[in-house]
Amino acid sequence: MSGMSGAGAAELAGARERWVRTGGIELCVVELGEKGRPTVLLVHGYPDSKEVWTEVAERLATRFHVVLYDVRGHGRSTAPQPLRGGFTLEKLTDDFLAVADAVSPDRPVHLVGHDWGSVQGWEFATVGRTEGRIASFTSMSGPSLDHFGHWIKKRMARPTPRAAAQLLGQGAKSWYVYMLHTPVLPELAWRGPLGKRWPAMLQRVEKVPAGSYPTASLPSDAAHGAWLYRDNVRPRLRRPRADAYAHVPVQLITPTGDAFLSERLYDGLERWAPDLLRRTLPAKHWIPRTRPDQLASWIADFVSAREEPTSRALGQKAPAKYADRFGGQLVLITGAASGIGRATAFAFAEAGARVVAVDRDAEGAARTADMARLVGAREAWAECVDVSDEQAMEKLAVKVAAEYGIVDVLVNNAGIGLSGSFLDTTAEDWKKVLDVNLWGVIHGCRIFGRQMAERGQGGHIVNTASAAAYLPSRTLPAYSTSKAAVLMLSECLRAELASKSIGVSAICPGIVNTNITATSRFAGVDEAEERRRQERSSRLYGLRNFPPEKVADAILRAVVRNEAVVPVTPESKGALWMSRFTPRVLRRIARLEPRL
Amino acid sequence: MAGDTRQRTARHSGRLCADLNGFREVQRLSYECAEAVAARLRPGVTEREAARMQREWLRERGVRDWFHLPFAWFGDRTAFANFRIPLQFFPTNRRLEPGMPFILDMAPVYKGFSADIGYSGSLGLNPVQDRLMADLQAHRALILEQVRERRSLREIYEDVERLMNRQGYANRHRAYPFGVIAHKIDRVRERRWSPTVFGFGTQSLKGLAGDALHGHREGWSPLWSPYHFSDHPPQPGLWAVEPHLGFRGTGAKFEEILVVTDSRDPEESAFWLDDDLPHVRRWAEEEKAA
Repeated sequence: MSGMSGAGAAELAGARERWVRTGGIELCVVELGEKGRPTVLLVHGYPDSKEVWTEVAERLATRFHVVLYDVRGHGRSTAPQPLRGGFTLEKLTDDFLAVADAVSPDRPVHLVGHDWGSVQGWEFATVGRTEGRIASFTSMSGPSLDHFGHWIKKRMARPTPRAAAQLLGQGAKSWYVYMLHTPVLPELAWRGPLGKRWPAMLQRVEKVPAGSYPTASLPSDAAHGAWLYRDNVRPRLRRPRADAYAHVPVQLITPTGDAFLSERLYDGLERWAPDLLRRTLPAKHWIPRTRPDQLASWIADFVSAREEPTSRALGQKAPAKYADRFGGQLVLITGAASGIGRATAFAFAEAGARVVAVDRDAEGAARTADMARLVGAREAWAECVDVSDEQAMEKLAVKVAAEYGIVDVLVNNAGIGLSGSFLDTTAEDWKKVLDVNLWGVIHGCRIFGRQMAERGQGGHIVNTASAAAYLPSRTLPAYSTSKAAVLMLSECLRAELASKSIGVSAICPGIVNTNITATSRFAGVDEAEERRRQERSSRLYGLRNFPPEKVADAILRAVVRNEAVVPVTPESKGALWMSRFTPRVLRRIARLEPRL
Repeated sequence: MAGDTRQRTARHSGRLCADLNGFREVQRLSYECAEAVAARLRPGVTEREAARMQREWLRERGVRDWFHLPFAWFGDRTAFANFRIPLQFFPTNRRLEPGMPFILDMAPVYKGFSADIGYSGSLGLNPVQDRLMADLQAHRALILEQVRERRSLREIYEDVERLMNRQGYANRHRAYPFGVIAHKIDRVRERRWSPTVFGFGTQSLKGLAGDALHGHREGWSPLWSPYHFSDHPPQPGLWAVEPHLGFRGTGAKFEEILVVTDSRDPEESAFWLDDDLPHVRRWAEEEKAA
């Protein structure tokens, strides 16, 4: 057997190969993991072979019985003769049932499909004869042709401006489908220049990491696979089935940067799939190659929830905002024992993330983690670390990576306040504020950002700057300097990490009711006066009463939309506008000395 | 614990003792009403219906006047989410769903004594609200301790808020009119006709306005707020104290009467009127279980 396995299968440690005969063709099937475990069946797309799944399959194999097969005409499975009419969804369903019966005769399988694998998966999940053979279906980047047909019909029947725009948008993204309907030319292209250049194109345009994928069978996979489109697309779009209801729970994973499929295709999908869990991922089309960690974790969660009814009951709560985006992701927040950091931890927790709350106040961080679990965090941990301590941060990063995983979202939020004129501010004061506000952010970005970049599966860094970053004043020279540095650092880092799909956002909250005022240092005054000013400023901030929860919402939104600079409060927005268009006015205002 | 209070109050003058018994009676009646109505809440019941159930329950037992008419808040309205104007406090057609938190708040006048109570619960399990309720225990202790120390009400208010922040909660009593954590209550003269204005009994409002006038002359206020006018030591009398925690769409509060006297003995200078109330019993049970 091992002698027969192809280049891709050889990569998979412990893979067992077998052949399944059905309808006059032979399908190449590969199994991983223990047989007694729940079976996860991965179906590849176009122009691919089962090797597209290697990264995901390896990660799933530790927990499940993982099965992959080459769709007829692809990889090492044989092609039907003649090709025309040999790739209808009915025949592909026969193939699926044959494989499922061979690898898991007694228990239904958990189906996962990407691209055309997902188009097939929708067919399997919505036709009657597969009932009882599928336990769940995870769909990525491949709609049901029937749903797609209804989607088009509905918009054609009532072409409001929005509906028309959606039709045109998807119509433009489907250019390759029209090309594939021309006779012979696609085959010639794939077996000729396109087949040769495809791997390099994938790397350049789709950011698929170089390696053994795509395999050598690509030209014939792509040539045969053209019949998937020719046999199915026109008949199904013209006469979509009216009863294409999913009889299994469905998890829909939508990459937001997909060049071929609009996110709008899945609007109203709940009608067809009543038990639907949505996930979104900032990535391009080939997520099995570019985001294997995230996919494996979402598939594992979904499958486990269906296998263990108790954990499913817990997941029944109405999904929070952004739960589709952050569910199961690892989020690390510094300065999480109070104020904006704590509110951010809770917001991510509500969205189902796994939260690491970091603060030098151990008790507060523990409380944050505790409450985060209560509002929905899958897991939450507290870590007592001073962000200005480089070695402690290094140690933290090692521990987090080893025990919890690579951080998906990093929020460098820890900061301290320092008020007082420049001439009153001592070198000691400067050092303190820069150590936390700037060096803390630098350490976080450097250490955790490196881990993110090395993993190569994207991520996001949020740095809490301040409206003071672009608002000159005579009262906050040191604080403003530190925050201006954070703002510029974020902008530079954003430019650098964009190529690695890591977003960087700078948040400029403004006047927010947190305890930063109560712990701020006021330079150049005695202790009693400092105490008085702390109280006074706390009261003023209390009167302004802008809640940190709104800043937390802005942070989540910034991550979802990958925003660069996010002013939060109206005064912060106003100041940003003025700093651009009327800087002289701001400079005038900066000369005023506010009385505390 | 209840016996304790009774002994303590017995040492006060006869009139005060009788008064306290009257206040205690109406407070107990109110909590009984809250428990009875809470037991009758079902999925689909609206806030208005819950408020009406409280009103009818109390009317049947002889309540004719109100400090304020009963309120009921369901779901994220327990945390006063997006409350901008006071009219939003009034009961709406929001329906109760399984797992939803709710708060019942009523202030009846009974035999000339008024009480103002708040009762938090949930329909079925709600771990978040359970935690909020458990954490309110520290606030009850803190308020009593600081009142006995005769600290300024404004400072106590700020300390309570700090404790809430440390616990990770938002201060939701700030949403009440004047942001009050407590207000004075007193005896109310029984009249044959006792109208309400915007849900508040005119007799009680008259009493409060009288207090406000006296207080203004003497430098204190019947409203315990975060503002300058509350920057004075606790004024002897009865205070309905209502710390209200909010946490991401879930709120919880208790409200009960704190007795402040001019006694020099710290124990007697301030004490909770009644220690045999649902939330106090609940904490005691939790302690026993732990």
